[in-house]
Amino acid sequence: MVDAIDALVYIECLDKNGSFKKSCSIAAIRGALLRRQSMNRTPPPTADTFPRLLLHHASARGNRPALREKDLGIWQTYTWSQLAAEVRALACGLATQGLRRGEHVAIIGANRPWITWTTAAVQSLGAIPVGLYQDATAPELVYVFQNAEIRHAVVEDQEQVDKVLEIQQQAGQIAHIFYDDPRGLRHYTQPELMPLSRLKTLGQEFDAGNPGFFDAEVAKGKAGDPAAMFYTSGTTGNPKGVVHTYAALIDRARAGCELEHLTDAEEVLAYLPPAWIGQNIFSYAQALVAGFCVNCPEAAGTVTVDMREIGPTYYFAPPRVYENLLTSVTIRMEDAGSIKRNMFKYFMGVAERVGGRLLDGAPVSLGERILYAVGDLCTYGPLRNALGMSRVRVAYTAGEAIGPDLFRFYRSLGINLKQLYGSTETAVFVCVQPDGQVSADTVGPPVAGVELKIAENGELMIKSPGLLKEYYKNPAATAEVLTNDGWYHSGDAGFLDAQGHLRIIDRAKDVGRLGNGAMFAPKYIENKLKFFPFIKEAVALGDRRDMVCAFINIEMDAVGNWAEKRGMGYSGYVDLASQSAVYELIRECVEKVNADLAQEERLADSQIRRFLILHKELDADDGELTRTSKVKRGFISEKFAVLVDAIYGGRAEQYVETQVKFEDGRTGMVSATLKIMDARTFPAVKKAA
Amino acid sequence: MRARDIGEVILDVRNISLSFGGVKALQGISFDVREHEVRAIIGPNGAGKSSMLNCINGVYHPQEGDISFRGEVRRDMDTHHAAASGIGRTFQNLALFKGMSVLDNIMTGRNLKMKSNLFLQALRVGPAAREEREQRGVVERIIDFLEIQPYRKTPVGRLPYGLQKRVDLGRALAMEPQVLLLDEPMAGMNVEEKQDMCRFILDVNDEFGTTIVLIEHDMGVVMDISDRVVVLDYGRKIGDGKPEDVRSNPEVVAAYLGTAH
Repeated sequence: MVDAIDALVYIECLDKNGSFKKSCSIAAIRGALLRRQSMNRTPPPTADTFPRLLLHHASARGNRPALREKDLGIWQTYTWSQLAAEVRALACGLATQGLRRGEHVAIIGANRPWITWTTAAVQSLGAIPVGLYQDATAPELVYVFQNAEIRHAVVEDQEQVDKVLEIQQQAGQIAHIFYDDPRGLRHYTQPELMPLSRLKTLGQEFDAGNPGFFDAEVAKGKAGDPAAMFYTSGTTGNPKGVVHTYAALIDRARAGCELEHLTDAEEVLAYLPPAWIGQNIFSYAQALVAGFCVNCPEAAGTVTVDMREIGPTYYFAPPRVYENLLTSVTIRMEDAGSIKRNMFKYFMGVAERVGGRLLDGAPVSLGERILYAVGDLCTYGPLRNALGMSRVRVAYTAGEAIGPDLFRFYRSLGINLKQLYGSTETAVFVCVQPDGQVSADTVGPPVAGVELKIAENGELMIKSPGLLKEYYKNPAATAEVLTNDGWYHSGDAGFLDAQGHLRIIDRAKDVGRLGNGAMFAPKYIENKLKFFPFIKEAVALGDRRDMVCAFINIEMDAVGNWAEKRGMGYSGYVDLASQSAVYELIRECVEKVNADLAQEERLADSQIRRFLILHKELDADDGELTRTSKVKRGFISEKFAVLVDAIYGGRAEQYVETQVKFEDGRTGMVSATLKIMDARTFPAVKKAA
Repeated sequence: MRARDIGEVILDVRNISLSFGGVKALQGISFDVREHEVRAIIGPNGAGKSSMLNCINGVYHPQEGDISFRGEVRRDMDTHHAAASGIGRTFQNLALFKGMSVLDNIMTGRNLKMKSNLFLQALRVGPAAREEREQRGVVERIIDFLEIQPYRKTPVGRLPYGLQKRVDLGRALAMEPQVLLLDEPMAGMNVEEKQDMCRFILDVNDEFGTTIVLIEHDMGVVMDISDRVVVLDYGRKIGDGKPEDVRSNPEVVAAYLGTAH
């Protein structure tokens, strides 16, 4: 309450001073929410490119919020007409800097309004935006800049400017670097550099002299033109540029909007990397199709607070985020007083029995309904509020398998969490679980427009309007994934269940065989391990071997908390990971997984015989994870070959030295003697036929 | 390469001697600080570095010598006067209000700039309310500058040490000092935190043109970010000049490596 008053007082003052032009008060936001009536005019079919959609919204709902960013502690709003004006100025500015139709423009930065402005400005000129990850290293950038022949880059700050300047020699054609945040760049004299503010001024001057230019450029765009390119992280070889047309992105965005009945009243929080296609679909394509408002958090560390303030209605997060949220709730509940703790425990029990059924519209007795309503009042409501999910109508998770307990937890609270299946190449929307038909182990039936079939080797094939046009300048790779009659090889192994819902097991190429010929699906096993809060990452080994073994990374927060509660001292990750008590803890988890695997006839041989806890956290900077945090199994088993030999050689411990890369780019060595532990296995349960 | 050229002498320390009873903390120290530069004072433990800073901002009054700031000689100046004239500082052992939020801690740094009286401030009425809003705007800019938005409302005592140091710097910045005295800003930090802090110090120097006088233990850091370095040892000045000159000065090497005197 105090905070709210505080914020109001602060906002009020800024209005009076006029020092912040676009300040908005909470009352104004409320007012805008209430005024939302029959404003939901859908875009006409002629608006078939993003710039044209933008112009449509600027005229249909010019005064409605299109973008918000939290800056200097308050939310600043940009309306659709302001957004269109920014885009117009930047597009004209880019034209003065020689950007031509069909060229690629690199965009590197965190979610800020300028990312949206620039993306739309580049598209207005018929050029193609290429979002790149902020934490991409200079060598990673070189390939992309060369491959896409990038001459113009728009980046966030000094850090990114330095990186682009560093690769300028190797990727010789970089002619212009525009930056948003001038801090620290004051004394840079390179002629390629220009602040975005200056680009905007140049654009406005040019626009004044050539008033028809911008509209003519927007009119030249065609639905079949490439709209954006996304580089896939790729576990091997160079990244591939996935080219998507306006038609593909808009079609999938629209299919998603129609399925979930998204209107211009939605609020989303743009907090995932803008270089990722999901972020582009949820916070750009769908916002432009439905006309809803995108909110940019203040900083990476403030996302939870910002989410609580905004209260998004449409939300996406990978399972990892849901897991972290649950971990923080659990830790805080453990520290709470006994009354609160018992209340939480009791009502979560009620929620588990009733919540999911209520969401699915299944029959629930009156008594249970009343009990749930009481629980909603004292536990679920406040908890949803603390999570920032009070207003969430649709929450998606995708990218990795989600633990059944985790999934059930959110659904039992009344949060409509659903699974989604898709990839960069398919513009996200392939399968979505419809309301009322939700489960933890499927990803739902195909979305409108999508056809699925399973190839003989178990690989899933997809036909959809949202398929990629091609891999940029890589016809060989394109031919590998796209058949002549328009089917896309997803690379995932899966099957359709009796209800027509898709179930994904693993990557098709990762499904291997054990020495005795039994199926080995490493990711399936790793996911089962990772469902335990104490395990952060796991790597299952076993292809063409006699038994399955695993490398494990512990989750520092959860295990640390567990250790503290027991009065165990530790100096850091390496020390904690090597303690016998921690090994015992992890062994219990491994054995539970084994018991679980024994239940599934085909996977009973995949029980984990031996495991060890790694001495370092697997890290994308050391090449052990992809940028989207998937384990690179092959790379890891080569890098830690000593450990692989030791674990299969039956040794009880092994000394290992590993090079690690710090965030500043320097390297150092970590060494440790790792224990290797055996785990109990269970006889396979034969299911009665 | 820097945004602002180094200007005239802004702070001149002449022949300062300070003793506590029989202990001679400083003996005839002289050096100057030029506008917009980053000036470091280094030396082994007990060399008199903190005493030197304390003389500059009026905590101690040296028995001999004088200090002039912007051409004005000041003797027996008190700390409040030093702050009001534009000398800010941070502390080696952090003197933050542990129970107060980051925001409030930095806000205290604005106190000198507030005109309304204590009574009005306490009630948050009339001109005090308007003033507080204006000051909040300034504080928010500092929070943004130091990238501590996630901790705005967190009590300082709950933050890790490295962040507390940053808040301490924020509070000193809040008074918009012309000269900023930093007492071991990187003590007790890990490599990454040190790098962050270095960047903030250089950014402060660059963006606001603040002259910086810092005490530091870590030679590497000092050599990287300072324009000129003063070396003290047992209360005496044994070196003064550009980092590369100081590094090759045999007396400095001896003091640091502990060779017999």
